[in-house]
Amino acid sequence: MKCDMVLAGVGGQGILTIAALVGKVAMAQGLNVKQSEVHGMAQRGGSVLAHLRLSDAVIHSDLIADGTADVVLGMEPMEALRHGPALGKDGVIIANANPVVNIGDYPELAQVHEAIKGFPHHVLVDGEALAKEAGSVRSVNMVLLGTLSSFLPLPEELFTKAIAETFARKGEEIVAMNMKAFAAGRQAAKN
Amino acid sequence: MAIKLLLGDEALAQGAIDAGISGCYAYPGTPSTEIMEYFQSSALAAERNLHRQWSCNEKVAMEEALGMSYSGKRAIVCMKHVGLNVAADGFVNAAVTGTNGGLLVVVADDPSMHSSQNEQDSRFYAQFAMIPAFEPTTQQEAYELPKVAFELSEKYRTPVLVRLTTRLSHSRANVQVAESAAAENEGHLPEDARRFILLPGIAKANYKNLCAKQPQLVALSEASAFNRYEDGDDKAWGIIASGIGYNYVQEAFGGKCPYPVLKISQYPLPVKQLRSLLDSCAKIMVVEEGMPFIEQQLRGPLGNDRIHGRLTGDLPRDGELNPRAVMSAFGLPAPASLAPSDLLRARPPRLCDGCPHVNTYEALKAALGFYPGAKVFGDIGCYTLGALPPFQAINSCVDMGASISMAKGATDAGLKPAIAVIGDSTFTHSGMTGVLDAVWENTPMTIIIVDNFTTGMTGGQDSLGTGKLEDICQGLGVKPEHIRVIKPLPGEHEQNVQVLREEIDYQGLSVVISRRECLQTLRRKKSK
Repeated sequence: MKCDMVLAGVGGQGILTIAALVGKVAMAQGLNVKQSEVHGMAQRGGSVLAHLRLSDAVIHSDLIADGTADVVLGMEPMEALRHGPALGKDGVIIANANPVVNIGDYPELAQVHEAIKGFPHHVLVDGEALAKEAGSVRSVNMVLLGTLSSFLPLPEELFTKAIAETFARKGEEIVAMNMKAFAAGRQAAKN
Repeated sequence: MAIKLLLGDEALAQGAIDAGISGCYAYPGTPSTEIMEYFQSSALAAERNLHRQWSCNEKVAMEEALGMSYSGKRAIVCMKHVGLNVAADGFVNAAVTGTNGGLLVVVADDPSMHSSQNEQDSRFYAQFAMIPAFEPTTQQEAYELPKVAFELSEKYRTPVLVRLTTRLSHSRANVQVAESAAAENEGHLPEDARRFILLPGIAKANYKNLCAKQPQLVALSEASAFNRYEDGDDKAWGIIASGIGYNYVQEAFGGKCPYPVLKISQYPLPVKQLRSLLDSCAKIMVVEEGMPFIEQQLRGPLGNDRIHGRLTGDLPRDGELNPRAVMSAFGLPAPASLAPSDLLRARPPRLCDGCPHVNTYEALKAALGFYPGAKVFGDIGCYTLGALPPFQAINSCVDMGASISMAKGATDAGLKPAIAVIGDSTFTHSGMTGVLDAVWENTPMTIIIVDNFTTGMTGGQDSLGTGKLEDICQGLGVKPEHIRVIKPLPGEHEQNVQVLREEIDYQGLSVVISRRECLQTLRRKKSK
């Protein structure tokens, strides 16, 4: 069993929290994990990238070769598209529909959405809307984690357990909200 | 045995703690920063009161670690690759004095310079200093090697370099860690204390010993478990794969490489194994992360058609390795990959919304509108981003502290007005010495210290001059009436432009401190 996923977004969107949660669940399942991330100048306000690899066998490279990823997850639509080349032919691209427009020449959003829908397996999620329903826009990354989780060969209960543990120190309300956001994202994958 | 998900940096730190270390010394630098941060958040490190404060620069950190080694205890000093340039004097001479307590110099290189000015390869430094080096392949090796390296360091009285690279430093993996940590050394003095006095008479004898030690170090590499020969039936290629290069070779062949592979993670190079590989295989492919350190030694100055790698174009000459590049080197078919969409637009790094540097640069640009010949010498930190649109406010960024020294040199050459822009942490790292020169000659230049109370780019570590900058400048001899403080805020813009103009007009040395706390560190403090 193996699963290679590229997680992308803009600084501050919680990519590394998603990666940490998936990693935690994978470890609980006794899987091997490799997860690489970017720091420093490579991260300051620009594109953020993490490669996350799970396997029941030894994992060699920390980086995922283009054309082999099982999942590309973008917290931001253009960033999802940027890593399209990483995707293997049967892979799925999951993207939050809402853009972060912090550059002057951001492309036409409708075209970005079209390009994402051009992938044979794709899910476009309105992360902010689902997060608001769950209780806070700040839980968008939990929504996308929910969507991601439905494509991973990992039991749902381990995710909910990991979310509970990770956010325990922020109080019951936050935990509940993140659970709701996660469930909403998971549901979105089915639609 | 517990299993933890650790970054390469963290695995190394935990390994050092478990090996009975007494102190970690470091200056922040991507991708090495997390080593010290791990020490700072480790419960055991706190319990044992291991030294774990940031130093003001890598030279001081290196010497502090050497002082701990002199006293008989185990220490590590950590830095990024260019930090070793700063630490080089102590580093090279620590090999000549030799060490007492084990001393590891941990350097995290940055191939592809994701966060640096170059991609220099620290293995050259180890060779230059004539000391052993380790280059772990996995996070597990990074955890296991400190124990081995400290023992080697103490037995052979040599500092030991540990070379990491970004994709190991900043990648997490499962690591099996020990249940408990070894005890620290008891303090004890060197058996021959005079060897630490590098008067020529003593240094000459030390150097003879250092030269005599070299064959022993080669023998150690030849016997090392970190270097491993894996046989393969097909001798058309013999692969030499060092550090994480080994991972890419295994990935490229799906774990079933038909060719022999010599994995190298300890230097000096294991000569016996190299000779054996060269004798038994038709051609050699060197897969190494960074510069062609191994490849160029095998080729020698006269070249060698049998040796392939970065210098022959089989692998890209610059930039980090990746699985596809290695597959390509062996002509392996790579899976189809979509071309990037032409809708994509670059999203370059930028200053945070509300960052004080934005206001500083806006005021500076407005002031410089009145001085068409002005040049701004920048430095290393978040404020380096002032080079990019919309500011395009700096003309140079070379190395830590160069802003001040270059502005002085340019002024000496008649270029006026010369402005230096430097951060508070960079200033105490290596800007103060440039000020001393400028004071000595009363150089007519303006230094802007952008003081955000932190070492920002690397994540907000302590800045050792916080609260002391005016005193430092006065102590160095800058006239108090030409040490000005401005607050980089939109409402202060006109005032700030005025102050800058006054000091640029002044035909002597000025320091303008532009002070407001970094948003990120402020936010983090508030959320605690």
